[in-house]
Amino acid sequence: MPIKSYILHYEEDKKETLVRELQKLQNCEVFPAKNHDVIIIVTETETEELDNKLYHKLLEINGLKHMSLVSGFDTK
Amino acid sequence: MAQESIDRRSFIKKMAAAAAMTAAATMFPGIIFASEQLENLPKGANLDWKKGPCRFCGVGCGILVGVDKGKAVAVKGDPNCEVNKGLLCVKGYHQTMCIQAKDRLTHALVKKNGSYVKTPIHEALDIVANKMKETMEKHGKDSVAMYTSGQSTIPEGYVASKLMKGAIGTNNLDCNARLCMASAVAGFLTTFGADEPMGCYEDINYADYFITWGNNMAEMHPVLFSRMLEQKNNRGAKIIDFATRTTRSSMAANKSILFEPQTDLAVANAICYEIINNDWVNKLFVEKHCNFSKGLTNIGYGTEDKFKFKDKPEGINFEEYKKFLEDYTPEKVAKYSKVSVKDIKYLANIYGDPNKKVVSYWCMGMNQHTRGTWINNLVYNIHLLTGKISQPGNGPFSLTGQPSACGTAREVGTFTHKLPKGVVMNEKHRRLAAKIWKVPYENIPSKPTYHATEMFRAVDRGDIKFIWTQVTNPLVSLPKTGRYREGMEKDSCFVVVSDVFPTPTSDVADVILPASWHIEKAGLYGNSERRTQHWDKMVEGPGDTMPDAWMTIEIAKRMGYGELFPYSEENHVEEIYNEYRQFHEGAKHGMAPLEVLKKESGAIWPYVDGKSTQWRFNAEYDPACSNGEEFHFYGKPDGKAVIWQRPYEPAAEFPDQEYPFWLNTGRVIEHWHTGSMTRRIPVLHKAMPHAYVEFHPEDARTLGIRNGEKVKVTSRRGSCTLPASINERGLPTRGQVFVPFFDESLLINDVTLDAFCPISKEPDYKKCAVKVERV
Repeated sequence: MPIKSYILHYEEDKKETLVRELQKLQNCEVFPAKNHDVIIIVTETETEELDNKLYHKLLEINGLKHMSLVSGFDTK
Repeated sequence: MAQESIDRRSFIKKMAAAAAMTAAATMFPGIIFASEQLENLPKGANLDWKKGPCRFCGVGCGILVGVDKGKAVAVKGDPNCEVNKGLLCVKGYHQTMCIQAKDRLTHALVKKNGSYVKTPIHEALDIVANKMKETMEKHGKDSVAMYTSGQSTIPEGYVASKLMKGAIGTNNLDCNARLCMASAVAGFLTTFGADEPMGCYEDINYADYFITWGNNMAEMHPVLFSRMLEQKNNRGAKIIDFATRTTRSSMAANKSILFEPQTDLAVANAICYEIINNDWVNKLFVEKHCNFSKGLTNIGYGTEDKFKFKDKPEGINFEEYKKFLEDYTPEKVAKYSKVSVKDIKYLANIYGDPNKKVVSYWCMGMNQHTRGTWINNLVYNIHLLTGKISQPGNGPFSLTGQPSACGTAREVGTFTHKLPKGVVMNEKHRRLAAKIWKVPYENIPSKPTYHATEMFRAVDRGDIKFIWTQVTNPLVSLPKTGRYREGMEKDSCFVVVSDVFPTPTSDVADVILPASWHIEKAGLYGNSERRTQHWDKMVEGPGDTMPDAWMTIEIAKRMGYGELFPYSEENHVEEIYNEYRQFHEGAKHGMAPLEVLKKESGAIWPYVDGKSTQWRFNAEYDPACSNGEEFHFYGKPDGKAVIWQRPYEPAAEFPDQEYPFWLNTGRVIEHWHTGSMTRRIPVLHKAMPHAYVEFHPEDARTLGIRNGEKVKVTSRRGSCTLPASINERGLPTRGQVFVPFFDESLLINDVTLDAFCPISKEPDYKKCAVKVERV
């Protein structure tokens, strides 16, 4: 069961849309920074395959400029 | 089993979030994440959120701890707390995770035949009380000592002071705040006759300029720094970082100005020279509210045992002061401070402009200084000459390092010379303490004994034969630790250590007492802005753990002082606070009633007629002002603050041919002081697993040192081998190296020098001479 955290950079004025879209996703906790244009997310999925799918889904979200993985754990 | 798996996953998720937050903090100084945990908690979670102050640093952020089935499972910033308005830094969010550390001290340990034996707490307390009593009977009451902390709660500090000074009758009580705030105290007392800042954090909302003096706020006071960044972004307030090393604060500032270590004294005088030379003095303010004085010069550095110094203040006039400043023209000072004439004039211009509001912030850079009292005086001079003080957005502001350096160490008075109100040297103050403590007035000695450094020297010499440390880790935090470790290991001294986790200090103890952690007991702290904050016990501590205050009371009872400590175990915090409040009754330092503190996220003293006083000495805000003028510095008998003539004098030790580098030590955002708590929080430990030695890239190139290579840092006291860090967290100036002190396995304080400010007795951890060599 992979758990991963990412730092997300977004396009100007896209914070609210992006946060809304991220919050719609299951298994994704969202932590927007208060004073910088950065969002942190923590994902939790059942399998590597689902993790991979979620990753690609994240990349497709409108307004996301760049996403970098910070940590990854497997709770199996 | 299923629940265990959920707990483990939730723990790992927290670690993952913290890792990302820590990484983000590396890229964006001062970045803050508001608490989203509430929204993201599992559905059906029914947490009981309990309020309190954060355990780390002197900012005093309000936290809410989510408790589920008796366990602390989440922490978020308290949106109702005026200090942090819901924000927290990475340490704050993860603070409760250390409670679960596997090596938590849960039972008393008594050394028998060289090994520690698990002992019931009441038996261990008997041993401690008997040993303390026996030592006093054999060697006199001044053979025993207590060394406490700016992290002790107000009740903990209060009962320690009452036991040592009131009951036993010795002033052998000092605390680790001597290592971080004593120069600020001495600065306030010599300039204003009253300790602690006159302003409050609300100043951030009004200032046009924030000038930070040797203060890396982005890492040490990140929530306040984020509030400053918000003002920078929203209304164009400017941050000027004046320091000896380029840090995250410098990178986020509008301007970074670097100076040669110790020359801040000269630059401050040069700023005053410019203010006077350009006729920017607020003449009316100075005439009405200020006196001029000078003190002794060439005052020494305290490196020898039993060093004594007493200043001799002497009144001078404005013209004499002006003449003195002629040695500090920007042109003269630029030559040795390495600050350009242009930059000195730039700083003076900001302070001198009557239309700009300026707050000066500082912490260890100015306080841990062999002329710490002087540099505090000199920054006050700048604000007094321009009248920029005690008004919203205008003022000098000394920040504290520990959560109750103000509330406990300074206000309760756990220094050798202090009493809860005033000082032991003052008969009136001793009489008040004796009355409230219900002890004979003669019990309280009138002479201070040992300040922190001298206390551990006395242990080494064999003069102190029993020492009890609480909430502190001196064998990592004292300068020149090597000497004091050997001293504590000697058979001549019986060592008792109360702590939550094992430390290098508990390693040399004869008895280790297991202390309750922050939220496992009720308590009160006092933060940097004179705010007193209360919390209730939130969770049970493990095993035999006990609040430090209650340990002191148990010892006092066993020593025969029971009637002076008539508190109940259940309500001792409340009973002690109510007794303590009597010391500060009145408009100048009135403390808020406990009922108020229980409801609100703290109240700022003087608390008068149900109201906090945000700006002291200003008649518009401070009901204690009584001279009929706009300002009243009532700490001094004539109501006037003092502008001090203080020269530049060199550091106790400076680079030479044999030891060609300055060594500067300090902290990092991930770790709290000696790391005994934060190194047990997995995510913080992983983010910053060990100490390092920072180089300027050109120095590294000259020495042939590459990033990560092992380097031996050696002084005349000792050495420490660490990995090199080049162009990473911070950037020292050429000829300087920087090492953080959080890592007990890489003890840089074996290398530092135990020189101190002769007035405040605070050691200088920022300057000594070292050589470096690749290993």
